[in-house]
Amino acid sequence: MTDENRKIAFICSKGALDMAYPALIMGWAALGNGIDVTIFFTFWGMDLITEKRIDHLEIAPVANTSMKMGMMGVPGNLGIPNLMGVLPGMLVDGGAKLYGCKMSVDMMGLKKEDFIDGVIDVVTAADFIDMSEGAQIIFI
Amino acid sequence: MGTRAIAGKVVQVNEEGYLTDPSEWNKEIGLEIAGEEGLSALTEAHWKVIDFCREAAKGLGGKSPTLRQITTGTGVSTKELFALFPKGPAKKVARIAGLGKPEGCV
Repeated sequence: MTDENRKIAFICSKGALDMAYPALIMGWAALGNGIDVTIFFTFWGMDLITEKRIDHLEIAPVANTSMKMGMMGVPGNLGIPNLMGVLPGMLVDGGAKLYGCKMSVDMMGLKKEDFIDGVIDVVTAADFIDMSEGAQIIFI
Repeated sequence: MGTRAIAGKVVQVNEEGYLTDPSEWNKEIGLEIAGEEGLSALTEAHWKVIDFCREAAKGLGGKSPTLRQITTGTGVSTKELFALFPKGPAKKVARIAGLGKPEGCV
């Protein structure tokens, strides 16, 4: 299979900073390699496309067994650079297709105007299943 | 590792077809590879990106810079970069510029 025929679809269901990066960075890498990229945001993953939330993603210290005592209290999310201000826009400009989950939107009382620029639409789970036909799906 | 003739010159390439010695590259080679990559012509804007990558690669061990380094270094927007080198600018730019694949992720 050549890269030009490949499709990757990410499902982003988490709103922590360390769970936001994998899809966005891998999606960006995929675009750079000429692969079609679709990202479906659902549940806490809605924070990644919600204007008021996107700049406030953090790393969870509680119930995180990788968070050792010495790391507690290190300011600025352990010094991990926060690219949330630029990454989603880069993905949109690179041609990634971003969609919000209908059920999460209804449940959280969100509107399309609450989202960052470039989110194409709010779609149902069944819509996502249809549009990701033939894609490699990565759930995060 | 192997060799291949491009634009009348024999150059060293790796198994993915990237030139392994940037000094073997010249503009004619860049043009021919661009044709193989589906670009019928290289405009001034293409060369701006290619020239930047050639220069940046000197400090990157012959590897092409990342897309973000290209956009911040040249002032070419992400949208424009994807329009200039459609369907995979990271790989296409590296190949056309006679450099290795970028090693960074963003």
